[in-house]
Amino acid sequence: MQVGLVHYLTVAAILFGFGLLCVMTRRHAVGILLGVELILNAAALNFVAFEHFIAGGISGQVFTVFIITLAASEAAIALAIVLQVYKTHRTVTADDLTDMKN
Amino acid sequence: MGESVVFYFLAALTCVSAGIVALSRNIIYSTIALLGTFLGIAGLYIQLSADFLAAVQVLVYVGGTLTLILFAVMLTAQIENVRTSNTSRNRFPAIIVIGLMLLLLGMIANRTEWPVQAASPMPSTTKLGHAFLSEYMLPFEVGSVVLLGAMIGAVVLARRAVKRTSEKRS
Repeated sequence: MQVGLVHYLTVAAILFGFGLLCVMTRRHAVGILLGVELILNAAALNFVAFEHFIAGGISGQVFTVFIITLAASEAAIALAIVLQVYKTHRTVTADDLTDMKN
Repeated sequence: MGESVVFYFLAALTCVSAGIVALSRNIIYSTIALLGTFLGIAGLYIQLSADFLAAVQVLVYVGGTLTLILFAVMLTAQIENVRTSNTSRNRFPAIIVIGLMLLLLGMIANRTEWPVQAASPMPSTTKLGHAFLSEYMLPFEVGSVVLLGAMIGAVVLARRAVKRTSEKRS
């Protein structure tokens, strides 16, 4: 069977589902970040697949480069925040960080 | 034939690693399984004739982001309870919601008539460079400013954390 657009969309959908599961259920802050990375990768794979099979041109790859850029900067900031939170609270479990509730 | 075998291998690698990322109880296993996902996606990019993106994926994600995440895990995890360091909660309702959403996505993808065009040839780096320096000039520059801002922000945040601990010690 010829590998087509739907195959790549399926892989991206599975990745997206696992990423969403990570974001929704994880209690560790870095675990949530891993889920966000999975979701961004799924979106990037979709961009490249659509460009390859339907749109043509180069715009899909340009968008994917921007996604990778933003994911890298997001990871740097998020991990700096995680370190900061760990220094002040001695925990990185997202459920225990309730300072802003009161 | 060979192409589809390679595709199924890469797809299996990507999905199984993503499953370990989402389901493992050990945060270090989750982080290292992310390596398989990133490498699998880099292979899929090559299959989709995006060679430059595959190289960028390996360099930035595997060389940069993954190392950063591993460092953050090592600096924050309590080693004595690392086996259950990445627990989940409310997994059952989340799986139901995600299943419904994937069902919806699949229905939409099946109903749509995708027009199929000829694929562009493999070396895409030249075209990508021309696009960045002509059509996408402004977003490209904004992207570099975002990177600069993120770098300064990360340095300031992490440095403050280090400073606070050294003050506590003295």
